[in-house]
Amino acid sequence: MNSLKLFARFTTDSVRIVTRGNWMYWTWVGSLLALILVGVVAWIHQTQTGLITTSMRDQVSWAFYIGNFTFLVGVAAAAVLLVIPAYVYNWKPIKEVVILGELLAISAIVMCSLFVTVDVGHPERLWHLIPGLGHLNLPGSLLAWDVVVLNSYLILNLSIVTYLLFSLHSGKSPNKRIFLPLVLLSIPAAISIHSVTAFLYCGLPARPFWNTSILVPRFLASAFCSGPAVLIVLMQLLRRFTRFEIQSEAIWKVAELMSYAMAVNLILLGAEVFKEYYSNTEHLIHMQYMFAGVDGKVAIVPWMWLSVFASIAAFLLFLIPRTRRNPLTLNLGCALIWIGVYLEKGMGLVIPGMTPDTLGEIYEYFPSHNELLISAGIFSVGFLVFTLMVKVATPIMLGEFQRPGTTIAH
Amino acid sequence: MSCKQGSCGGGSCGGADRPAAEAATACHDDRDWAPASEGIVENEASRREFLCALAGCAAALAGGCSEITHTPFFQKRFRELSAEERAAFVADLEREHSARFHKPVKVGLQEAKEGVLFGYALDISRCIGCRRCVYACVDENNQSRDPQVHWIRVLEMEKEKGIDFAHANAYYEADTVPRPGHFYVPVACQQCENPPCVKSCPVGATWKEPDGIVVIDYDWCIGCRCCMSACPYGARHFNWKEPEIPEAEMNPNTHALGNRPRMKGVVEKCTFCIQRVRDGRYPACVEVCPVGARKFGNLLDPSSEVRYVLEHKRVFVLKGELNTRPKFFYFYGL
Repeated sequence: MNSLKLFARFTTDSVRIVTRGNWMYWTWVGSLLALILVGVVAWIHQTQTGLITTSMRDQVSWAFYIGNFTFLVGVAAAAVLLVIPAYVYNWKPIKEVVILGELLAISAIVMCSLFVTVDVGHPERLWHLIPGLGHLNLPGSLLAWDVVVLNSYLILNLSIVTYLLFSLHSGKSPNKRIFLPLVLLSIPAAISIHSVTAFLYCGLPARPFWNTSILVPRFLASAFCSGPAVLIVLMQLLRRFTRFEIQSEAIWKVAELMSYAMAVNLILLGAEVFKEYYSNTEHLIHMQYMFAGVDGKVAIVPWMWLSVFASIAAFLLFLIPRTRRNPLTLNLGCALIWIGVYLEKGMGLVIPGMTPDTLGEIYEYFPSHNELLISAGIFSVGFLVFTLMVKVATPIMLGEFQRPGTTIAH
Repeated sequence: MSCKQGSCGGGSCGGADRPAAEAATACHDDRDWAPASEGIVENEASRREFLCALAGCAAALAGGCSEITHTPFFQKRFRELSAEERAAFVADLEREHSARFHKPVKVGLQEAKEGVLFGYALDISRCIGCRRCVYACVDENNQSRDPQVHWIRVLEMEKEKGIDFAHANAYYEADTVPRPGHFYVPVACQQCENPPCVKSCPVGATWKEPDGIVVIDYDWCIGCRCCMSACPYGARHFNWKEPEIPEAEMNPNTHALGNRPRMKGVVEKCTFCIQRVRDGRYPACVEVCPVGARKFGNLLDPSSEVRYVLEHKRVFVLKGELNTRPKFFYFYGL
């Protein structure tokens, strides 16, 4: 059979897998589709009326959408960085961890692109970003760099995953000389997407809250927490509902690594807090707005404290061996880490950076209903993409698709 | 003056809700910034007539509807258009806007002149915070009235604190200005020599012209607002919805890179009134200022007003530590 025929069968098999499932599967997919529909309607409303349907204004001109974008870039980066410990500790399901990590990365990048798309005033003009056709302002613009690295990263991960799954599906052992260099390349690529996204902020002297060189390491540290949290939950689900074999030790190791990453994240945050409060310059006001409010304006204060406490609690749960081995506290820790990093990277980075604005005005931002609906729709797209891809990948990884007369070398 | 006032460029545009704008006394209506307008005057009358006829046709065809601006999907970047393409482009715009506002609208293409670098100087000790400049700018530059877009923000500051943005108030309300113990700092685009907004734009939709004015290509801007994050002066404004300009108040004397009506979802900013200054006239804010606090001219011309200020007064720029190198200077004239 030639490769083209095999690929056609791979595609039809994939379609067959995603269109078959039990009631739980269909309830999940149906709910996501419903939320996507709501998001699409809200987005149509936004494009027709203008971004005035959001709570953003000139004073706070980036907000919830860009916050979500930033958080998800972290998820995308960290999912792949998990490859490093997988190799270092020589986990048994190494191929599987790589595949799941990349699937998560792909879903996260899809959401990132969608968040940027809904944030811009003219989504129909996004083709202006295509070099040759439009005009990509390199090397000056960091957003232009972000477009380059995010798209490269997406293409890289799509290639790796498609190649691995297609090989396994056709009953061939994936050629290490093809996929290993790509997997290794995806590691610096993962670091680059997160660094460039941090540069997008820290390269702006107009915004003292962001204009700090510590931002890149902070981004990397917090990303190392949020991405693996998803994978830990997913690995447990797969272990329960499929024949997937994942050693508990691997999961515990990831949790342990997350506690170290969270420790670094908290140390870096502490360093920022010290520097601002001790030097007590006019730039302190952004951090004051974040943790105490200014002139009675306290819209984001409770959320920021929730983020701090969730992060510390998760750090402790993952640091103590007994609590990271207990499934209940392990998953509680994952939820707390997700909450902590989501609030810190989303609202906690973007809003205080813009409040007060460059001329000292304080505009209290809190996302509008329409913004929340659109965002829920985008998260649903991401979850749906992830669900469908995992649904296809799982039986292939388990070898349930072996063609007669072919064998998989384990 | 060569009397090319479009509709309400001068100081007589005060609305009822604004600080009454009495005939501006100390303004510059009688003079241009350019020494003896060197042949800038075009054949304006015939152009107007032609446009009137054109507008009539277009309005008839369009049934007098007020369609909002839509950029053709494959519109090229303004900077890449040839001279012919630019002419065709503005002819389309003129047709469209004339039909929409029921008057002949001119969309100019006047280019930067060699040997001209525009600069601005504002006398902090004279400014009384009356905000006439704010509203003259809105009228001249066709800013949206709902929601209100103001390219100039006048900040009220406390004399005790000096220039202190953290305690500045842009929303002061007063029966009389200046209020005791306060002084006023109007802020608009500083036309930086080293503009962070231009650097940050991912699609090259904003750039610095040879005469130093930072302009925006409204048909190329994707509305990502990177430039707004990058600007240290809050000078850039986004059209959060379709801008509303009352037909009667629309200024038909426009420039392709300046005050022509914008669409929702793009960024806009002060252009030193590019439609005026490239014709040798003063910006509207300079003309309307009742205390003569605003000075404007060619930085490369040793005899210009702005050069006089730079040489004889002590000037400063806002946020100089950011190395944006503004061409908008503040000084204490008294």
